[in-house]
Amino acid sequence: MLFFSYFKELVGKEVTVELKNDLAIRGILHSVDQYLNIKLENTRVVDQDKYPHMLSVRNCFIRGSVVRYVQLPPDGVDIDILHDATRREARGG
Amino acid sequence: MSCSGLDDVFLSTSLASYLDKKLLVLLRDGRKLLGILRSFDQFANAVLEGACERVIVGDLYCDIPLGLYVIRGENVVLIGELDLEKEELPAHMISVSVAEIKKAQKAERDATDLKGSMRKRMEFLDFD
Repeated sequence: MLFFSYFKELVGKEVTVELKNDLAIRGILHSVDQYLNIKLENTRVVDQDKYPHMLSVRNCFIRGSVVRYVQLPPDGVDIDILHDATRREARGG
Repeated sequence: MSCSGLDDVFLSTSLASYLDKKLLVLLRDGRKLLGILRSFDQFANAVLEGACERVIVGDLYCDIPLGLYVIRGENVVLIGELDLEKEELPAHMISVSVAEIKKAQKAERDATDLKGSMRKRMEFLDFD
């Protein structure tokens, strides 16, 4: 559940989600669930010309299983807190 | 439903806030389906009413009507809400008939096949 909690902290920040089919979408993280499904708002596709069908998509739901990377804002991660949380999780809660 | 319950629907990651809206569903094989979301579950299985497949080849496109579709969740890549204010496609794209889009699709497939077979024959050159 660590990454679920972690992503919940990032809600409201701008992220880029790269999918396994190479489509990369930038948008405001609206919400995330336990499968790491992601909802984005105010989305735009990084390579718009290659994906014309995405032009009028403003909000979207991305299935967690197709995500390759999530690129975070530079200030989106506090290493110390993540480090502690990881150790807590490894000890079993 | 109470007011906070309604808020939950819009704050959650579930597809509930997309119900009865016109959506674009991207599938794992690259297909693009358009339709109105009538039902869904936790796997992103979805029922689309008035579904059609949007086939795009270069600057040509065609919406092929399909009817009522049940999509198995594992095939879903992305479900996008269409902004009705905005044009769905860039202005330079041309709508063509089903026959024409099938022809264009076949031409494109043949071209990629040819490229693939040429590459295979040239493999001894080892150009990677």
